Amino acid sequence: MLTTDRISGAVLVLFASGVIWESRSLPLGSFRQPGPAYMPVLLALILLVFGLLIAGTGGRAAPLASISRREWRHAAAILVVSVFAALGMERLGYRLTVLTMLAFLLKCVERRSWALTITLALAVAFGSFYLFYTLLRVPLPIGPMGI
Amino acid sequence: MLETLQNLYLGFSVALSPVVLLYAFVGCIIGTLVGVLPGVGPLAGISLLLPVSFGLDATSAVVLLAGIYYGAMYGGSTTSILMRIPGEAASVMTCIDGYAMTRKGRGGPALAIAAVGSYIAGTASVVGLMFLAPPLARFALRFGPPEYLALLVLGLLVLAFMSGGSMLKSLSMAALGLLFGMIGIDPMTGFFRFHYGLVELGDGIGVVPVAVGLFGLSEILLTAGQEKPPEVIKPRLRELLPSRQEWRDSTWPIARGTLLGFLIGIIPGSAHIISSFVSYAVERRLSKHPERFGQGAVEGVAGPESANNSATSGAFVPMLALGVPSGPIPAVMLAAMMVHGISPGPLLIQQQPELFWGFIASMYVGNVVLLILNLPLVGLFVNVLRIPYPLLYPAILVFCVLGVYAVNGSVVDVGIMSAMGALGYGLRKFDFETAPIVLGLVLAPMIEMSFRQSLSMSSGSYTIFFHRPISLVLLLVALGFILLSLRTLFTKVAEWRRKLGLEGEAETKEPGNV
Repeated sequence: MLTTDRISGAVLVLFASGVIWESRSLPLGSFRQPGPAYMPVLLALILLVFGLLIAGTGGRAAPLASISRREWRHAAAILVVSVFAALGMERLGYRLTVLTMLAFLLKCVERRSWALTITLALAVAFGSFYLFYTLLRVPLPIGPMGI
Repeated sequence: MLETLQNLYLGFSVALSPVVLLYAFVGCIIGTLVGVLPGVGPLAGISLLLPVSFGLDATSAVVLLAGIYYGAMYGGSTTSILMRIPGEAASVMTCIDGYAMTRKGRGGPALAIAAVGSYIAGTASVVGLMFLAPPLARFALRFGPPEYLALLVLGLLVLAFMSGGSMLKSLSMAALGLLFGMIGIDPMTGFFRFHYGLVELGDGIGVVPVAVGLFGLSEILLTAGQEKPPEVIKPRLRELLPSRQEWRDSTWPIARGTLLGFLIGIIPGSAHIISSFVSYAVERRLSKHPERFGQGAVEGVAGPESANNSATSGAFVPMLALGVPSGPIPAVMLAAMMVHGISPGPLLIQQQPELFWGFIASMYVGNVVLLILNLPLVGLFVNVLRIPYPLLYPAILVFCVLGVYAVNGSVVDVGIMSAMGALGYGLRKFDFETAPIVLGLVLAPMIEMSFRQSLSMSSGSYTIFFHRPISLVLLLVALGFILLSLRTLFTKVAEWRRKLGLEGEAETKEPGNV
């Protein structure tokens, strides 16, 4: 049976194997004189063993189907928005990026009214910019047309 | 003793200067708000406000961040007691009896006991910090790379051993964090490891994007989709006072919680979280009526709340005296201090006494500020929770992005935060703790450096770790933790053998053998 521990253990094994594979381009050094790849490989081997143990002893863990997936749409939308922030921040500037993020989350995900969406998005985007950039002098990116 | 008092006088002259006092006050208010908001725990709160502290002088910055840490500890209890939402992980135990008290109409006394208990514990543990940190720092001057390596390994093992879940899972998360810490330029050879063309990774992955992603963003991902917002019960000021019996019942739990919290705080690990769990278990065990626990026992609020606040100060002992963070929050604090050019460690107390003692004195001030804030302003703080979560979380997300970007002015960090948010979401779904990842990430460069330096010192001989007494003792303690954790495995094997009938068979054969 597929259980949470078996799946997570297998993922850890895969990840550790990936790290070992990626470390091949770095000098490993020797047992007495470790090189830059020594520690990553050692840690990946430890993680690999832990992954195998988790998967091996995970027969009695909760079945995979028991994991609640109710909020996944919300979670996916929020993740997309945070990736958008990473991609858009320096291209669009802070205010425009935050405005777009909030407009999308409030209107498309939370289905709030246009009036509330626009008011909140403008207040948070410009208010936080004023607080952090103008008052606290935290450097934030400015977009096209100085916005 | 006289020297300590003189130093404390120096500290108070720093802490009571108007500017530092203002930052202590602002830190406590922000921290309380951070603690009240679900999803923005002390770690995410400190991480988010780290860039704001860059423009301040070192003492004000550290005092501000410590105020946030304290405030979040206090604020977390408010939502736990009134709404059964732990504002941060250390308040989980307070939820059980605190909320039960609220349902019985005793929410006010529960909040008052939590505030007073936190105040007493916070103040008492600062006294402990004051007396313990300087001698510990003197002792730490004897530490070389092998001793540091042994201490760091012990820290990771203790964290895994003390964590509530499976030790195997905690250790695997620590290993994952250590692996994340391997990204960047190798300090001994200059090789750029696992960079994938991103020059921003030269200095490695930052603690802030990882912490905000794993704690703040993952909490938003898990909570935003939930349909039913919890009901808010707002107490009136005159309903805050506990009865005489409630005070009597809370006295010893507060005392025990204070002591337990401080001792656990010193040990590396998620001290404030662990201490509240341990305190709750102790109070339940010692109670003449353990059946009351879970039904609104005031001891179940007084003990854990005192313990988690006491642990907060305790956690600063190894950070200030040894330069070794005892958990993810002190790790971020350590990063903040390093940004300001301060290197916490044995020499800090000697070289920058005004900073160290100013920090200690500001803790006393912070505790008084929090007591003043927490009792009358509880109703005001609870009002933040009246904002519907669907309107609140987009704003929290914006602050996560803003805070992470502002640290280095790098969008790569925002990308890392997103990836860590997704990772944290997945890990929490699969019942993994994420705190060891942050601790592993912070400790990785120290562990690797001290490991390789030790081998350089001994011309490649691993016996160096066993020839030096401090290192040997620390490693033996670490071994003890491994053996203790293996005990459960042996019990499982014995149980398995019994189920298969192997034990029974052996017993029946024995008389014949004799």
